[in-house]
Order: sequence, then structure tokens, then C-alpha cells
Amino acid sequence: MEEILRYLDPYNKILLSGCGACVTVCHAGGEKEVELLASGLRMARQKIGKRMEVLELTPARQCEPEFALELGETIEKVEAVVSIACGVGVQTLVHHFPKIPVFPGVNTAFLGETFTHGVWEERCQACGNCVLEKTGGICPVARCAKQLLNGPCGGPSNGKCEINQETDCAWQLIYDRLKGLGQLYKLEEFIPAKRWGVESRDRGPRRIVREDLKV
Amino acid sequence: MKAGSHLEKVLEKGMFAVTGEFNPPKGNDVSVVKRKAGLLKDCVDAVNVTDNQTAIVRMSSIAASSLLIQMGLEPVMQMTTRDRNRIAIQSDLMGATALGIRNMLCLTGDHQSFGNQVDSKNVHDLDSIQLIDCVRTMRDQGTLLGGAEKIEGEIKLFIGAVENPFGDPIEFRAIRLGKKVAAGADFIQTQCIYDMNRFKEWMKMVQDRGLDEKCHILAGVSPLNSERIILRKEKTLPKVPIPDVLIDRITKSKDPDEEGIRICIEQIKELKEMKGIHGIHLMGMDLDKFAQIVDRAGLSPRPKVE
Repeated sequence: MEEILRYLDPYNKILLSGCGACVTVCHAGGEKEVELLASGLRMARQKIGKRMEVLELTPARQCEPEFALELGETIEKVEAVVSIACGVGVQTLVHHFPKIPVFPGVNTAFLGETFTHGVWEERCQACGNCVLEKTGGICPVARCAKQLLNGPCGGPSNGKCEINQETDCAWQLIYDRLKGLGQLYKLEEFIPAKRWGVESRDRGPRRIVREDLKV
Repeated sequence: MKAGSHLEKVLEKGMFAVTGEFNPPKGNDVSVVKRKAGLLKDCVDAVNVTDNQTAIVRMSSIAASSLLIQMGLEPVMQMTTRDRNRIAIQSDLMGATALGIRNMLCLTGDHQSFGNQVDSKNVHDLDSIQLIDCVRTMRDQGTLLGGAEKIEGEIKLFIGAVENPFGDPIEFRAIRLGKKVAAGADFIQTQCIYDMNRFKEWMKMVQDRGLDEKCHILAGVSPLNSERIILRKEKTLPKVPIPDVLIDRITKSKDPDEEGIRICIEQIKELKEMKGIHGIHLMGMDLDKFAQIVDRAGLSPRPKVE
């Protein structure tokens, strides 16, 4: 909140945009959160005698141009936009509205799974070459603190990661899963060095083109 | 001979090896290196030079190893995959071997959150087993990783790896050791052993896979004292089990340091008789006591080999 107020300091009329997709599901940037944050911002500014008008909108999916463009009319009326969609949503607005400053309102953390109500855990780092078929469907790239591909480090105890006692050791999970499936032989296979520089984002942003879907 | 290092010769001749451990200074003070080298000289066959162990910044392992060579000691240069990608790894191996380093130990490395640069990004372009594969490729095929490009000169390295016989999942530990041996590990140094029964269970799994005949296993030992019991149990890593009977011996002793040394010597003697154990790796201790332990364990003088 303090960070958002700091970069909004020069502006008196803004749009706060949420997103109706993933960030709604994880209670970080949906309509409800837009409403809460908008009142918070208004009150904070009123308190210091610098009233700010905050408009609110929550398109269905901010990362798709059709929905993002719905914001166009409102954006013309404001001096800046704060988006509490993920980092992709923020950049979709930046792409389509070159003349207006767009700020992130949340810190996008990870691609996760809803573990249970109110708990999310990272599951995928979009590394570009899935190894799940070798590791019993549990990803060591996303779930091991050292991204080890050939087994656990020396650290885990009682099935927990040495970095964080609340985190399961990915390799313990892999071991248990493969044991349950009667596929422990899969652990014997050497997984060679990964091609991070070709398959992952280390080569820069990736792009997927589907000619059949182009219009 | 794969690398022709002194350590390799000692092990290949079937002699019981002794390696020690040396932490480079937290700066560039060569006198520290000299003092520690003096304490280890003539009591070890080779000495491990740690690579920013527990993610605490120290003089580089390559530079400290090179200084040790000048001082007449043979280093086992440790290298972690935490701080280098495969470009830096292969470049450093060219440099290290050019400086006369003939042994290396391949490690993943302690997580940066344990050290004094917690904000750093870990690399892990390779894991420790892929690192072993990389070194073996450079040595035996004479090419860079990936196989295409020839290396000028020869990368002569005796390749070491580590294993924690007590890490979870226990059943995976022997499988993992097998992967390390298959990838090219010539020798293995284990984590500190205090629980001899659990260690024997692990050795049984290792022997069932015939791994003790495919590599030289050096058993890790470290003398206990009151402070180390606390550290081992709570703070340092990885955690290794310490049987209560040993803790009792230390805490009830009038001279805990001496009792720790006595336990250590008993363990060395027991390990020396164990099938498949080709040496000990003596670590985590006050180096002033090093010569005394080696001597009292009946392991001095260290052999001279041609």
C-alpha cells in the first residue's frame, strides 16, 4: 500500500483495474480486492489532504486484448492506471495503451496450485521442457530449492526441505510417488544437463505462434 | 591412472587414505593459508579445499588450492554448482588443472540462505551428478560438455563426490550413489558418521549394488565436543544423527574435547576394518588437533608413493 501510494503521489485521478481470471480465483486482484484497495487508497489520500479519485473496473481477462481494450474509454479520463492483475495483465495494458502510465498493484509470485482453501503452492516454472514423466508427476524445477534433477541434496530430514521445514522435499515426494506406482527404477535414470539456454526464458521472452488460430 | 594425483595413487595401491579439510580465509590473508597448511602437512594424503562452504564468502577454492600446492600439500578442490553455470565450470576446470590441481570434489553446495549473501541468486545450471558427468566428459573424451568441441591439452582430474548416508529418503541414498558412480565419480567422501549402525545399513545397500567395488569410499569423521553437538543437532547442515550414548559420553565427561577425540579414534579404527571403506575424511575440527588424531588412530606416517 505504501509503495503504491508513493508512485501514485503525482496523480489525482486514476483507474484501479482488477482481472476476473486467475487473480480473482486466488483472491489477489478480483472485483472484491479492487473495491477494498480503492477505498484504502481514497482514505489514505484524504488523510493527507490530497484527495484522489479512484475509478474501478474489473475486465474478465486482462491478458486478452478484447477484454483489455474495454478499459479504453475509462483510461482516457484518468492520469494513471494501477493494475492488480498479474504481471502479464499489467503488460497487456502497457502494450495497448502507450500514452498512460500503468503501475503494478501486486507482486506476482508464482504459478501455483490451490493446495487447500487459502493456501497456494508453486507448482510450475514454465521451464520449457517438462520432466514430469521422469519424476512421477512432481516437478523438481519448481519444487526443489536447488532445482536438482537427479535426486535430493544431502539436506532433507523427515521428508522436509532444509530451507523451510514447512516445505516437503520434492525428491521425497517423487520417491514416495514412484514407490507407490512400483516405478522406482525410474530413479536410476541419469537426467542430463537441461537446455536452459534454448528451452527456458534464459534466451529471452518466449513466443508461441499457432498459424491455425491466426485471423 | 586417470589423473595421477597422489590421492589416486594411494587409493589405487590399496592403502588406507586420509584426507582433511581446509576452509580458505574470509579474505586474502595468505598467512592464514600458510599456518593451516603447516598443521596438515605430513598428516594427510590430500586436503579438501572448500568452495564457499555454507554459502559464506571466502577466498576461492581454486586460488587457495593453488597456494596449497606451492606449500607442498595436495588439494582436493571442491566445486559447487550453486555459483557457476557450465561456462564458468568448464573454464575454471581448465584454469585449475593448468595450476596443477589434480583432484576435485563435485558438489551441489549449501543453499545461499544459510550464508552471508542471502539475497543472491543460485545458479544450478547443472546439478552435482551432471557436474560429475561434465568433468568426466572433459577428461575422458577431451571435449566440452555436449561433446562437439575439442579441448586443447588434457584435463587430468581424479573425480570425487559426496553422499550423506543419513539424508532422507534413506532408500534413495544408495541409488543416488550409484548414479554418481555411473556418471564418473572415482571416489566418494561421506558426511560425518556418528551412528555406526545406520552407516552399516547404508553400506549394506551400497554393497548390494556392488558400488564399493566401483569407487573408493572415504568415510567422513569429525570429533564431537559440546559445541558441535549443539551445532550438529540444530544449526549446521546437513543434519546427521548422533546416538544418545555418544552425547552422554561427551556431556558427562570432565574433558569433553578429549572424549570427543577418543570417540573419533574408536570410530576410525572400526571404519578401517570395514569392507569397502578405503580411507577416512577427517573434517569439521580444530586443525591443531589433526596430527594428534591421525597419529593416535595409527595412521601415521602417511605413505610416500611413486
